[in-house]
Amino acid sequence: MTSITAPLVRALACAACSAVALAAPATAEDLTIGVASEATSIDPHFHNLGPNNQLSFMIYDRLANPDDRQNFKPGLAVSWQPVNDTTWEFKLREGVTFHDGSPFTADDVICTFERAPNVPNSPAGFGTYIKGKTFEKIDDFTVHVKTEAPYPLMVNDLGNVAIISDEKGCSGTTQDFNDGVASVGTGPFKFVEYVPGDRIVLAANADYWGGAPIWETVTLKPIKAGPSRVAALLAGDVDLISGVPTTDIATLKARDDVTLSQGVSNRVIYLHIDQFRENSPFVKANGGGDIENPLMDQRVRKAISKAISRELIRDRVMEGLSIPAGQLLPEGFFGVSENLQPEPYDPEGAKALLAAAGVPDGFELTIHGPNDRYLNDAKIVEAIAQMLNRIGIKAQVETMPRSVYFSRASSGADGLPEFSLILVGWGAGSGEASSPLRALIASYDKDKGMGTANRGRYSNPEVDAVIEEALSEVDDEKRADLLARATEMAIEDLAIIPIHYQVNTWASKKGLSYIPRTDEYTLAQGVVKD
Amino acid sequence: MSVFILRRMLQSVFVMVAMAVIVFFGIHFVGDPVYMFVSPDMDQADIEQVTRALGLDRPIWEQFWAFVTSALQGDLGQSFVFGEPALGLILERMPATLELAFAALFLAVVLGLPLGLYAGLYPDSGVSKTIMAGSILGFSLPTFWVGIMMIMVFAVILGWLPSTGRGETVDVLGVELSFFTLDGLSHLALPALNLALLKISLVIRLTRAGTREAMLQDYIKFARAKGLSRSRIVGVHLLKNILIPVVTVLGLEFGSLVAFSVVTETIFAWPGMGKLLIESIQQLDRPVIVAYLMMIVVVFVVINLLVDIVYSVLDPRVRLGDRGN
Repeated sequence: MTSITAPLVRALACAACSAVALAAPATAEDLTIGVASEATSIDPHFHNLGPNNQLSFMIYDRLANPDDRQNFKPGLAVSWQPVNDTTWEFKLREGVTFHDGSPFTADDVICTFERAPNVPNSPAGFGTYIKGKTFEKIDDFTVHVKTEAPYPLMVNDLGNVAIISDEKGCSGTTQDFNDGVASVGTGPFKFVEYVPGDRIVLAANADYWGGAPIWETVTLKPIKAGPSRVAALLAGDVDLISGVPTTDIATLKARDDVTLSQGVSNRVIYLHIDQFRENSPFVKANGGGDIENPLMDQRVRKAISKAISRELIRDRVMEGLSIPAGQLLPEGFFGVSENLQPEPYDPEGAKALLAAAGVPDGFELTIHGPNDRYLNDAKIVEAIAQMLNRIGIKAQVETMPRSVYFSRASSGADGLPEFSLILVGWGAGSGEASSPLRALIASYDKDKGMGTANRGRYSNPEVDAVIEEALSEVDDEKRADLLARATEMAIEDLAIIPIHYQVNTWASKKGLSYIPRTDEYTLAQGVVKD
Repeated sequence: MSVFILRRMLQSVFVMVAMAVIVFFGIHFVGDPVYMFVSPDMDQADIEQVTRALGLDRPIWEQFWAFVTSALQGDLGQSFVFGEPALGLILERMPATLELAFAALFLAVVLGLPLGLYAGLYPDSGVSKTIMAGSILGFSLPTFWVGIMMIMVFAVILGWLPSTGRGETVDVLGVELSFFTLDGLSHLALPALNLALLKISLVIRLTRAGTREAMLQDYIKFARAKGLSRSRIVGVHLLKNILIPVVTVLGLEFGSLVAFSVVTETIFAWPGMGKLLIESIQQLDRPVIVAYLMMIVVVFVVINLLVDIVYSVLDPRVRLGDRGN
């Protein structure tokens, strides 16, 4: 639906652009944001889900708060450091009060980490970040966290969990949070009202330790349909929207009453390749017969990578809104390699590689992808298929809604990934390279919790060894080197084929802009007046 | 009539059982909802724990049995996504959808009836031809396109009405309604008109056809011969007779307004049940989907009964006919 209506909005919006000025909001201090997806609960520990976390970043603090580049900055902890191999010490911020006036102390931290993994009816909570850790209150403003083995990602883990109040929150049910009784945080905004499906209202916390916010009240309105979100902005019903459809960007750019804010995300869009089956279900010989899986051959994978023009995808499919990718995270993130570049477009080289691999005439292949998950996902898959056809691989395309796609891509009828070549995306929640390395690149190992999203079942013991070493290296510099090395080994081996990093777009009425975040969240504290 | 209704209710029970089986097993084959909920950071052990917690590790027939036994006690299951009773979530959003549907129905009647009557009484006039041409447009333009156009024209270009959302509501006997505030009405106008467009066209066409047919009937001629005024002929004799098909169709159409106002609610970000349904389908929130569809079956059954009753009031022959059975 989006793709049909968007050009229409573009045409109409442009017809209107000279004639119309945006309607003025009630007062300068009120902010209304049109968000693409809605939180399912006010309880910050109910569901570890983007929209819910986005909301909880406004009401609550973490021990360490990730900034717009996902670097962890002192939040409710002013400092943290390992006191020995298996113990981290967090010094807490003094003089902070919750929205109800009660003081913040170590008790709130302890009870938060007790509650977070144990919320009844939670579809997927925060246990992942807390398991294997024991918490100990040393004094009112010192907490020790112990693990069995050295654990460098302590801050990244705990920086994901919202700290709630011992008096109100820790004994509260999810319903208490939704009703506003228990939703008491230390963050820049106080919870006011939640009308499911319609709006969430927040008010400024004038006593915020990080400085009072500039917005008196903030209203979040869920508007799922992209064209409707754009229209709501143009009509002046909202001041800022997230997730601007790429098809509308050129039009909005041309208007002088709209400001666009754009920034790279932590999300890499890539191809996962079946490289563990002798007979891959969606790879056939020319004419449809069976063939020994050519994707097992590193040269064939390299040929596919060379056949893809990432610049063309950026310019034609993404309306300029992507950055060609050569590894797992864009530059500037912790643990990325400085030696890796996006694979240059080289169809002749690709054909030569296919010939060298013994499939000079190519083969038949079906590429699978979602059609409602990533920016322009289905169109990217189609573009890639055409590019593969150019080097002789007869590629078909099949896209499907994510509700069907991900379960089939993860475990088909026999419990194994069902497809041969798939388009997927990965956002590094921890803000550094170990997140994609352990989930996408490490060998699938259920017991160790590695390779959870390794849908191509790539497996290389040498890479695994480097990843595991990095995961227990507490020294930041050494860890960054290890992560970069593991990334280089994996990319050279074509464990995955990176396509691009997504660039996200926010649009606001003139006079406002948004500080883009790599984690794609839309936060009221990131909306600034020009 | 009671025998008639009793028989209808028995049929409805069979319909609901069949529906439960189809919906429950059908949704099971769409995909594994666990992958929709888990955070990418979770490892396999966490994912399995979620699967167990949601009861998705059990065989499908066991899940179905659990669903049926609790459904018989009035519990249609818990939403995976919200962690709240599925039926409660739906009922919470129902007033918004009902309000939208009633507003659309109201528009269909107050606009459709007079326009249809006019077109039927003066079939050769230019105005009538315009009305009929307009009704064809109402039928053939896709709802979402019209919705987007309405937003562009009335909200973006003219700036008269708000583009999305529900606006200010007033608590009436525990139900939030936007009928009673100006802000609420202004938010209601566009989505209601959008939803009503097709129904207006429908009413126009039915009314016109009925009018043209009835005007040739003997009882109209007789009434004229008796010297009754034209307004009495049209207002009483004619209207009463042509209303029967209109009421029947609108009754059924009201069900579809309530059940599947999905498109309009999505475009206008109207916080109703349709929006909940479409989001539940996207997220594979199975209990909500199942509860929703089960509830819709009940709604249709009830509406059909009500239509039958109204029918028999308008036309006594229906009552007499049933007594003969």
